[in-house]
Amino acid sequence: MIAIIDYGMGNLRSVQKAFERVGSAAEVTADPRRLRNADKIVLPGVGAFRDCINNLEQGGFVEPILQVIAEGRPFLGICLGLQLLFSESEEFGLHKGLGVIPGRVVRFPEGMQEQGEKLPVPHMGWNQISLKAAAPLFNGIQDNSNVYFVHSYYVKPDDQSVVAATCNYGLEFCAAIRKDNVMATQFHPEKSQAIGLQMLKNFAELH
Amino acid sequence: MLTRRIIPCLDVTGGRVVKGVQFLELRDAGEPVEIAEAYDQQGADELTFLDITASSDGRDTMVDVVRRTAERVFMPLTVGGGIRVVEDIRRMLNAGADKVSINTAAVSRPEFVNEAAERFGSQCTVVAIDARQVPGEQRWEVYTHGGRKPTGIDVVEWAARMESYGAGEILLTSMDRDGTKDGYDLALTRAVVDAVSIPVIASGGVGNLEHLYDGFTTAGASACLAASIFHFRQHTVQEAKQYLQGRGVPIRMV
Repeated sequence: MIAIIDYGMGNLRSVQKAFERVGSAAEVTADPRRLRNADKIVLPGVGAFRDCINNLEQGGFVEPILQVIAEGRPFLGICLGLQLLFSESEEFGLHKGLGVIPGRVVRFPEGMQEQGEKLPVPHMGWNQISLKAAAPLFNGIQDNSNVYFVHSYYVKPDDQSVVAATCNYGLEFCAAIRKDNVMATQFHPEKSQAIGLQMLKNFAELH
Repeated sequence: MLTRRIIPCLDVTGGRVVKGVQFLELRDAGEPVEIAEAYDQQGADELTFLDITASSDGRDTMVDVVRRTAERVFMPLTVGGGIRVVEDIRRMLNAGADKVSINTAAVSRPEFVNEAAERFGSQCTVVAIDARQVPGEQRWEVYTHGGRKPTGIDVVEWAARMESYGAGEILLTSMDRDGTKDGYDLALTRAVVDAVSIPVIASGGVGNLEHLYDGFTTAGASACLAASIFHFRQHTVQEAKQYLQGRGVPIRMV
């Protein structure tokens, strides 16, 4: 069973429905004890970093998350669920994250331009990912596939070897990471039509 | 490179998709979930539902439409119309929407936009602006209540203010052009694009594919919203995208 962590942030139904579409049962749970019985864990998330980390703490999820990751169970972070894995974020002041991936979450710089037009922030819409390392999540996914992003902050891992994919928006940033059993995407597979569904299927089929 | 988005807009009342001219004279265009699926197949980049009745009965219908759509279509969904309190937003997000658009309620109480952005994030807080040109002048006025009520507020100033309140995107509709097929109000759209640093969606007036091109290039919109040309099968989303790609606009082809 796939457990989707519900800590009061964002649209979890889409993630659940997307897994169902690819033939995998997924349970949305606000109970950290449910993680113990889950084969795989998904940490979605939208909103502000500070609120999300606070909600994870108040929901009693921090220790169980660190434990399932340490045990080697497949773990997928989506969007803010990627950022939360990092050491710290500079969104609304400096806040500590889960610290699973050493590195920082930073904002896109002001005044980025492309072909004479300013680049709006949030980075919102479909952009291409460049695959950097073999990752089971990307089985059957072509390089330069379009996926759906919506974010104003991006992650900067200290160790570049965790970068599984990058994307360009004014600068090249980390679009996905992979470190052992931990995978995470800055984009939303559950909103990326057939390509995103393929990635979720890949995740669901991991052992 | 970030691609420019094509967003079919579904105006919904009584559980049906309709389309009017300058917000009036509604024509039936079909069943919302079926239409959403068709646009998904055609490669639409997002979908927007606007509840144009926005009575309390209408909202229950809308929640149901969003829920059924989100079960079948895996792309971003925006819902607008009658979003007045935080609970309205929560209901729509729980039903499967990714963004909500706030219009009249933002004018009545701008702090609501701030509350929405703080609670759910700027990425899901769209401010919709219905704009009408002030006769004989290069400026536009904000209208509310489905375009019935003038507010005296300047559109460009309002858009910048909404960005400062945490809006993540502006959905800008020209009431003068809505349903006319005369093309977007490019001067209006360009003025707002230049005044904010968040994405702007051009809306109101698309009659042919060149109008989409003008919206992206002359006006600099991040996304183009259209209804009639798609609903009444003048063009498919795919045809629109092929045309735009042919003219050098960065577009996601499916």
